[in-house]
Amino acid sequence: MILLSPVAGLGRMVLGLLSNLGRVAIYAAQVVSHIFRPPFYPREFLHALMQIGWFSLPVVGMTALFTGGALALQIYAGGQRFSAEAVVPAIVAIGMARELGPVLGGLMVAARVASSIAAEIGTMKVTEQIDALVTLSTNPLKYLAVPRVVAATLAVPVLVAVGDSIGIMGGWLVGVQRLDFNSAAYIKNTVDFLEMWDITSGLLKGAAFGFLVALMGCYHGMNSGRGAQGVGRATKSAVVSASVLIFAANYLLTELFFS
Amino acid sequence: MIELRGVHKTFGSNAVLRGVDLTIAKGTSMVIIGGSGTGKSVTLKCILGLIKPDGGTITLDGQDVTRGDRDAFLARFGMLFQGGALFDSLRIWENVAFRLLRGSLARPKAEAREIAIEKLRRVGLGPQVADLFPAELSGGMQKRVSLARAIAANPEIIFFDEPTTGLDPIMSGVINDLIREIVVEMGATAMTITHDMSSVRAIADHVAMLHGGKVRWTGPVSEMDATPDPYVQQFIHGRAEGPIESLR
Repeated sequence: MILLSPVAGLGRMVLGLLSNLGRVAIYAAQVVSHIFRPPFYPREFLHALMQIGWFSLPVVGMTALFTGGALALQIYAGGQRFSAEAVVPAIVAIGMARELGPVLGGLMVAARVASSIAAEIGTMKVTEQIDALVTLSTNPLKYLAVPRVVAATLAVPVLVAVGDSIGIMGGWLVGVQRLDFNSAAYIKNTVDFLEMWDITSGLLKGAAFGFLVALMGCYHGMNSGRGAQGVGRATKSAVVSASVLIFAANYLLTELFFS
Repeated sequence: MIELRGVHKTFGSNAVLRGVDLTIAKGTSMVIIGGSGTGKSVTLKCILGLIKPDGGTITLDGQDVTRGDRDAFLARFGMLFQGGALFDSLRIWENVAFRLLRGSLARPKAEAREIAIEKLRRVGLGPQVADLFPAELSGGMQKRVSLARAIAANPEIIFFDEPTTGLDPIMSGVINDLIREIVVEMGATAMTITHDMSSVRAIADHVAMLHGGKVRWTGPVSEMDATPDPYVQQFIHGRAEGPIESLR
């Protein structure tokens, strides 16, 4: 019996994980089904768009700037080993547009937005504001989750586009100032090598990551436990699950788009 | 009329309601008393459909509350929550007029604001609070705003969950008087949950005491003091000694 207990523990963990996945899938289906059904809450949508999109711009921009710069330094150092320093502009552009822009942008939004959504909705649940919504004939899923999920799905691709541009600019800055690239040649190389699909695939990834981030924030907030500890746990779970799902979705989408 | 027959609810291994039978006549004020954890709030939430009972029936004017149009059902209710449950992100007038700004009762914004200010005035708050946020008000003022929100759409039935919890005795008296006045004025059916015996005496037409997951005693408030039921006597006099076990 003692030997079997770790196996039983593992079984319980797997069952728990599967049942959680099922609950999240049902919740996601409910959110999506309510997107197209009235009533709509345009004011809540615009508020969420500002909170998720506009106020995330500084953090996404700063992350992209430093990442683009560091990427240029790394590619230059690696390229030197086989005299391929000239690939820096192309690799920075492709790397930012296809991978780093959407993934790092998604992760920064997960840290900033999933946590705040989970904490806000979790606190609303603890203080009976969710019950109050129901008694006021308002569906909490429709009023709280749908505007946030739609706003994040639309805002994150825009953030990714801005992040891509700033990241490529960071690479250009380092290339020109530190690595002695000719400015015009760097820009020409970037434009020549970058294809429309590189950019579009990154934006599609951004939309998927935005959906996952807001969904996790809303799901964990709505299922928050009681008290400050319950809200804290919901917030932590939202950020962790959103981050893991971003990496998993990134792999699946990369397989789908490029394999 | 609200009728509960044999309502059961269990959370895990904890059977909170074990067959609650209760009738609240139209236009009367019923106050439910009982110790902490006896299922008062669960009873109220079962009626509203916030919690699904495991067994029994709950009817409103003869209709099962779990069937029919849910929006139309909820539109008949107003609810004052224990902690106020005001929406932090909305201004006071938007909280009060929440139901009037969306859904089947929606009306123009200016009209909704006017009604909200009128309801705020009814609970003793001036128009200057209309554009503040809930966090800028004291606990007593938040309770009044919550009361204004509960009555904003002129509901037929109003529920009050611990309306005086956390308030000083004077503010408690003010809230009790307001509740009584509003219920009488609107001719509404009211159901209140409270531990506060001064609230019971100020608000109730009828009293029901929950104990052990069932209604232990129910009757007119005028008969409450005279009942020989030892549970009721212990509770209303706040005695440590008696049939209701207390932890020390």
